[in-house]
Amino acid sequence: MARKLLLEHINVPGINTFDVYRSKGGYASVEKALKTMSPDEVVEEVKKSGLRGRGGAGFPTGMKWSFLAKPEGVARYLVCNADESEPGTFKDRYLMTYIPHLLIEGMITASYALGAKVSYIYVRGEMMPQIRILEKAIAEAKNAGFLGKNILGSGYDLELYVQPGGGAYICGEETALLESLEGKRGNPRIKPPFPAIAGLYGCPTVVNNVESIAAVVPIINEGGEEYAKIGIGRSTGTKLISAGGNVKKPGVYEIDLGLPAEEFLYSDEYCGGIANGKRLKAVVAGGSSVPILPANLFLKTINNQPRLMSYESLADGGFATGTMMGSGGFIAFDEDQCIVRNTWNFTRFYHHESCGQCSPCREGTGWMEKVLHRLEYGHGKMSDMDLLVDVSKKIEGNTICPLGDAAAWPVASAIRHFRDEFEWHVTNASEAVTRNFGLAHYADPLPKLETVS
Amino acid sequence: MSVKVTIDGIAIEVEPGTTILNAARQIGGDIVPPAMCYYSKLKDSGGKCRTCLVKVSKGSEKDPRPMPKLVASCRTTVMDGMEVQNITSPEVIEARKGIVEMLLVNHPLDCPICDQAGECHLQDLSFEHGAVKTRYEFDRRTFEKIDIGDKIQLHMTRCILCYRCVFVANQLTDHRYHGILNRGDHSEISTYIQHAVDNDFSGNVIDVCPVGALTDKTFRFKNRVWFTKPVEAHRDCDHKDCNGKVTLWYKGEEVLRVTARKDVYGEVEEFICNTCRFDKKKTSDWVIDGPRHVSHKSVISSNHYDFIPLPVVKTNPVLIEANKEQFERETRL
Repeated sequence: MARKLLLEHINVPGINTFDVYRSKGGYASVEKALKTMSPDEVVEEVKKSGLRGRGGAGFPTGMKWSFLAKPEGVARYLVCNADESEPGTFKDRYLMTYIPHLLIEGMITASYALGAKVSYIYVRGEMMPQIRILEKAIAEAKNAGFLGKNILGSGYDLELYVQPGGGAYICGEETALLESLEGKRGNPRIKPPFPAIAGLYGCPTVVNNVESIAAVVPIINEGGEEYAKIGIGRSTGTKLISAGGNVKKPGVYEIDLGLPAEEFLYSDEYCGGIANGKRLKAVVAGGSSVPILPANLFLKTINNQPRLMSYESLADGGFATGTMMGSGGFIAFDEDQCIVRNTWNFTRFYHHESCGQCSPCREGTGWMEKVLHRLEYGHGKMSDMDLLVDVSKKIEGNTICPLGDAAAWPVASAIRHFRDEFEWHVTNASEAVTRNFGLAHYADPLPKLETVS
Repeated sequence: MSVKVTIDGIAIEVEPGTTILNAARQIGGDIVPPAMCYYSKLKDSGGKCRTCLVKVSKGSEKDPRPMPKLVASCRTTVMDGMEVQNITSPEVIEARKGIVEMLLVNHPLDCPICDQAGECHLQDLSFEHGAVKTRYEFDRRTFEKIDIGDKIQLHMTRCILCYRCVFVANQLTDHRYHGILNRGDHSEISTYIQHAVDNDFSGNVIDVCPVGALTDKTFRFKNRVWFTKPVEAHRDCDHKDCNGKVTLWYKGEEVLRVTARKDVYGEVEEFICNTCRFDKKKTSDWVIDGPRHVSHKSVISSNHYDFIPLPVVKTNPVLIEANKEQFERETRL
């Protein structure tokens, strides 16, 4: 069993309280960083660890920190993005509910590294219990002298605030989050300037996911090089995966990056296979916005290599036959699930959550939703599939923020991999509303790779 | 200190910090990307409609990598040595066609009964860049008409959410009464339940609206715009921020409406106050400057017969120079 870094003490009773967390070695990274390291050394350590952003894009965290502009006399901010609302992802909520002090500890260390005097945790409005838990944890930490003025006698001051959001998915996009945090309508800003130059209140800002910030704690405790030994290639460390769908044991699992996908899905240590003895049909590997993959392509890449749970291996094959790590929202579909209905459901979500600022996303998501609704309820046409692919292409890459891409990819990939199921919904319209298509015939064997001479 | 940028093979030197769109406007002609939301007189506007997307095939002299995605030319500043493709890139043409289709998805296409027809930017845009038929087969969103004060009417059904009127309300008026409610394709421009925009400059939201969503109630259904005759005029306006330079739209002897003067890109030169716009509708109120030049491409010119032949050599010296270069290049090939 692999070593846990984030969830090591998750089963200790009372770990959500300061005293128990402290007795298990908590806040050691704050002590180490503030007493023995300079802020630049902390950034250097995170850079060495190769930690990549856990929110979805996978941008190296250390690099992001070193891009932060440091003009004289201007405040800098660290904002924790806890607006977790991707369908299928629930790792941050789990972390904040059961081990809130890990996030607080990471926030203190990261704020120290960036020189932020005020830091914010932007929590999604629906997560009211988590907001209360975090506020209690902050009060406890402040009581123990880990927050406030002159932390541990180092002369470093930090105030930490929890800000509830309104519950919009778009506010998980970093610039929309900053707008919302400033009290405005959560519309993504047009970049450049990037938040590292002009973010919150026009000051340099770093926005990081909850898990990225929590991962700073083991990095500082054990050293960046030690952390980088876990994992494979450029995907270092451990990652929380929130497994859901038709698996035997859904839940949040901490895996070493580079774990074979087959082991993650079928071993008893993790998901434990598909529930009720059914067969795997498709997998959404990293939250609803990543391309969906049929079972065969999920377990093996197009080059017949075993697929690993790492940033590179999941992206192997590009958008044609690969997917993305995303935010780690792992959804497995068994043979009784309808891909058309699922795609419609995802699109309905993006239609509802589109901010309405730029035209391709505003109009395109609604259009795709209506076409998919028509297909699902047996009123579709054969031309609808090509229409959907075309509309998704017109959205992808033409929008201000990545929500347009996130809405386009699931549709395009579902049609690419499950086209016969979509066509069956048109040809057998009356049957399609009463029963599901079942397992795709092409799921086995693996398609042959075309060779170019 | 100026930077050199090449747009569709035409090179121009511009000030640092100029956007690609404004550099293209300095060159002029066909290579200017269309803009539905960008408005040069309004700060922070642009970047929303995505019709001005262009391809940057070379980032700059220092970093010659092309940009991975199409960029909004109205919000991207030029770099020294940047090479931009607009109408020479099939990718851009295809994307623009897609954007026009998206803009029309929820637009009612009621041009025959719309007051803006003839001077509607969306009409021009879809004529130039759009497809003949729509592939959208569903109900379009509809809204009730809303009166903003007693002079302006908002018909959200036609709105393309360019946010221009929001910027007018933010930047021209003292109080913000104008904003967006809801999100996605059900978002709407709102004054929070008919709260009147009560300001001397509120009428300018009519001029900046690229479609017929915000219309002048003193002009609604009086006449089609191409039956009227635009005449430039001015008066001594006693409002401190208004210089009283306007366009009067005549039908016979009667002034049907007053608007601000607009440039070739349909943007007003200077904003005018509500007194000039709504209350001064007699010829005796105004000093006439002369007939307004109307582009021969515009439908408004159709009833005036002051046909101007196509310019063989344009007046822009930069363009003449660029034409020469292009001519030489083509003849060499």
